Amino acid sequence: MTEEIIISGFGGQGVLSMGKILAYAGIMEDKQVSWMPAYGPEQRGGTANVTVIVSDEMVSSPIVSAYDTAIVLNQPSLEKFEPLVKPGGTIIYDGHSIIQPPKRDDINVYRIDAMEEAARTGNSKVFNMLVLGGFLKVRPIATVEDVVKGLHKALPERHHKLIPMNEAAIRRGMELIQKMN
Amino acid sequence: MENGQKDIVLLKGNEVIAKAAIRYGYDGFFGYPITPQSEVLETLAADKPWETTGMVVLQAESELASINMLYGAGCTGKLVFTSSSSPGIALMQEGLSYMAGNELPGVIVSVGRGGPGLGTIQPGQADYYQAVYGGGNGDYHTIVLAPNSVQEMSDCMGKAAELTFKWRMPVIILSDGVLGQMMEKVELPAYRPRRTDEEIGKQCPWATNGIGLKNRKYNFMSTLELDPAVMEERNQKMAAKYRQVEAEEVDYELYRVDDDTEYLIVAYGISSRISMKAIDLLQETGVKIGMLRPKTLWPFPNKIISQLSERIKSILCVEQSEGQMINDVRLATEGQATVFHSGRSGGMVSSPMEIVEDFKSMAREKMSTNWPKGYWMK
Repeated sequence: MTEEIIISGFGGQGVLSMGKILAYAGIMEDKQVSWMPAYGPEQRGGTANVTVIVSDEMVSSPIVSAYDTAIVLNQPSLEKFEPLVKPGGTIIYDGHSIIQPPKRDDINVYRIDAMEEAARTGNSKVFNMLVLGGFLKVRPIATVEDVVKGLHKALPERHHKLIPMNEAAIRRGMELIQKMN
Repeated sequence: MENGQKDIVLLKGNEVIAKAAIRYGYDGFFGYPITPQSEVLETLAADKPWETTGMVVLQAESELASINMLYGAGCTGKLVFTSSSSPGIALMQEGLSYMAGNELPGVIVSVGRGGPGLGTIQPGQADYYQAVYGGGNGDYHTIVLAPNSVQEMSDCMGKAAELTFKWRMPVIILSDGVLGQMMEKVELPAYRPRRTDEEIGKQCPWATNGIGLKNRKYNFMSTLELDPAVMEERNQKMAAKYRQVEAEEVDYELYRVDDDTEYLIVAYGISSRISMKAIDLLQETGVKIGMLRPKTLWPFPNKIISQLSERIKSILCVEQSEGQMINDVRLATEGQATVFHSGRSGGMVSSPMEIVEDFKSMAREKMSTNWPKGYWMK
């Protein structure tokens, strides 16, 4: 199994941390992982993306030409990465952030209304965990238990009290995601 | 989570450089922040090794100051390192030449970005010449290690610490913006205590640290020698050492090379990782292609390239520059194979598919009848 994932959106949406938590979950399952961010003069509201690869074998290139899954959290990201999803691959988009949904019919298109849910519950900080839950529902490359273990590794101890809230968001995200084609 | 004996953690290459240095018992770091290597200094500042191992961490006022602090600390036999990126390493060349001239230990981590000049802050491998041939004056070499994973960033810090004292010459770890910024699973080494003064005295009888002075004449360090005959002797002695390093320290790795291999990629650092993916894609379509990855750029793996090019006639040299290592590869083939270039520059990085496309152009070129020897493809 090798899953090549791009997560892309605005700076501040938690794109990079979501990738890191996913990579840690991979490590918990004893898989090989790589996490490669786009870096530069980044800022909140600018663009942010990260390529995460989780594999049973050694990860060769951390830079890939096509993706198994694209998680796109704003319109420019969708336009950039929709053409780069492998045929038969998956695209997941946030319903609130995307005005023009994906058009390709040779990939699996999923929508998750995570932004809306985060606003409804008044907790915008778990937005990325809602999306992660949706991803894990359709691409179960790691269990929620391993993600929680990953969170323990990724977060400093003073933040461990927030883990149950994040776990609940992941489980909620699993319910929210819906197939669009 | 970093305090076990051996830990498996997810870290950036730059963070690993800092953490490995603390664990391998480095005595000091002198450096100045620059993207894409700033996390080295940041991580050292966060981990505060001066409170645990006693390692000194100092943000110098410039790269010139950093390299000269390295020079000074090297004179005393301490294990010290600096890190920077392309324009910063350019500023250090004078100090490097002085360190080489005095045959001093010291480790320099170079996290390459696009150039020339200030260039971009995106990844690059256009500093091959800078690292391998050096920008300092005089007849000198530095050992150049080329990691291609976050794990090897850690391993190279250990290897550099050993080699720099074994051969009394500066060691450069030539990394790039991708390896510095990406996170991978890494097993950090166990803590190794820093050497005591007594151990330094035993290991470095040449050092100007006053250790054991009662039983010997004082040591003196200078690169200045007004008598050319004496200076030539020093050069010859260093040259003899360099020949020995070339004989003993060459390191490389082969990927999917066997008796049937028809084509070869030569690549180091991040280019070798991207090339592995390209090779896997090409092998799926039945192409017999493999890779040689130099793990040391100086000394360069000339012998194995010469041996392989007796039977493999087309070599693709993949590097994120307009072609620098390609010249060393061509020399190593001794004219037995034709070497083609593939790569991006200025901060752009090849994708696996771009390498596959360049390979296809090379294969077409090879089949045409009258291409000139040593023709460069772009």
